[in-house]
Amino acid sequence: MACVAIAIIRVKDLFAVAMLSGIYGLLTASLFVDMDAVDVAFTEASVGAGISTLLMLTTVAITGSRDKAVRNKPKLALFAVTLTGVLLIFGTLDMPYFGSVDAPANLHVAPHYIQNSMQEIGVDNIVTSVLASYRGFDTFGEVVVIFTAAIGVLTLLSTGRRREEDGVVEKVNTTMHNQYLIIRIVAKMLIPFILLFALYVQFHGDFGPGGGFQAGVIFAAAIILYAMLFGLSVAKRVINQSVVQLLAAVGVLIYGSVGIVSLLGGGNFLDYSILSEDPIAGQHLGILLIELGVGITVAAVVIIIFFNFADRIDGPAPEKEGDPS
Amino acid sequence: MIMGLYNYWIVVILMMIGFYIVIAQGNLIKKIVGLNIFQTSVFILYISISKVDGGTAPILADGISKYSNPLPHVLILTAIVVGLATTALGLALAVRIKEAYGTIEEENIQMKDDEEC
Repeated sequence: MACVAIAIIRVKDLFAVAMLSGIYGLLTASLFVDMDAVDVAFTEASVGAGISTLLMLTTVAITGSRDKAVRNKPKLALFAVTLTGVLLIFGTLDMPYFGSVDAPANLHVAPHYIQNSMQEIGVDNIVTSVLASYRGFDTFGEVVVIFTAAIGVLTLLSTGRRREEDGVVEKVNTTMHNQYLIIRIVAKMLIPFILLFALYVQFHGDFGPGGGFQAGVIFAAAIILYAMLFGLSVAKRVINQSVVQLLAAVGVLIYGSVGIVSLLGGGNFLDYSILSEDPIAGQHLGILLIELGVGITVAAVVIIIFFNFADRIDGPAPEKEGDPS
Repeated sequence: MIMGLYNYWIVVILMMIGFYIVIAQGNLIKKIVGLNIFQTSVFILYISISKVDGGTAPILADGISKYSNPLPHVLILTAIVVGLATTALGLALAVRIKEAYGTIEEENIQMKDDEEC
């Protein structure tokens, strides 16, 4: 991994940098699996190796792919970095050893989650129950942050010129059609399965690794794959932009309203036990609903971001074949 | 016994590589990649803290009593998606800078700014 990171410093072609960062993301994901964090690895594989690589490629397509290789005072920077590194390593000497059971981080609330989440929440995947129930407040904040980022990207990129020359794009599409016939047909067959897999991940989050965040990204990846194959304007006609923007807000709204409903029912904000007579059933319902909200928001946000980036590319879309799943 | 701390050293090395890219590279996209590496190193720090020897993934199953700490997993899971959102925002800014200045090299941007003053 360090090798890939160093290669990112050396390589001057930004296209290669984007690909290397994808490889880096995948390596990180496998490291997470090795450290038992399956949910995190799932997210990192779809985000780090998939979507962010794709976004970088799109940006590189807009900005040009040459790095001028001017470095600001490399010696001084190297010195500062080494000094900080040495100090940080000195600081680690007091840290608990890797894998130790009695590390402070593993002693406070974590045993409670592990031992009691089955009685209190009734969900197999502890990560899901902590994410959606115990720390539902946090997750609500994250969803709002993502929503805000989408608004930011919209503000930055949706202004200015807008190209609505459908005829031109249509022509480009037919040449693409002839060139990449096999890719198009195979990918077209794959898209329904990707969508189905996203839904499986969405609703299976209670029992195995998965949940709204991952499902949203995978769902968006299917739409992006479609947009890459059939051209942006066609994809835009299939997926209405304003509907997607509305959906991003609806996701946050679902999440927030679940909180309000439980508040009205006499409980605390995001206390799902109120939602049903049986607390466990209430928890299940609450988690299902807010995971749905998260999934909708994440999918809509990623689609919005990608469409706005791709909109900026001039001329025939020079999108490269990233692996979005 | 000091080798038991190797996970932190990996984190520090990765973090410093990311830091170096952010400081020394003039290209804005590379800076964003550097920030990503920096960010990932923090993810690895959290996940490596949550790892317990002999533990398994925190999904309840019969016959298993030792699980890794699920709390850092939750924090990092959401952090990754938020990281994607911030990366997208950074790249969007880079695109706008490219449109305004015609370049994404820090030096050229500063030169253009100086000319205007």
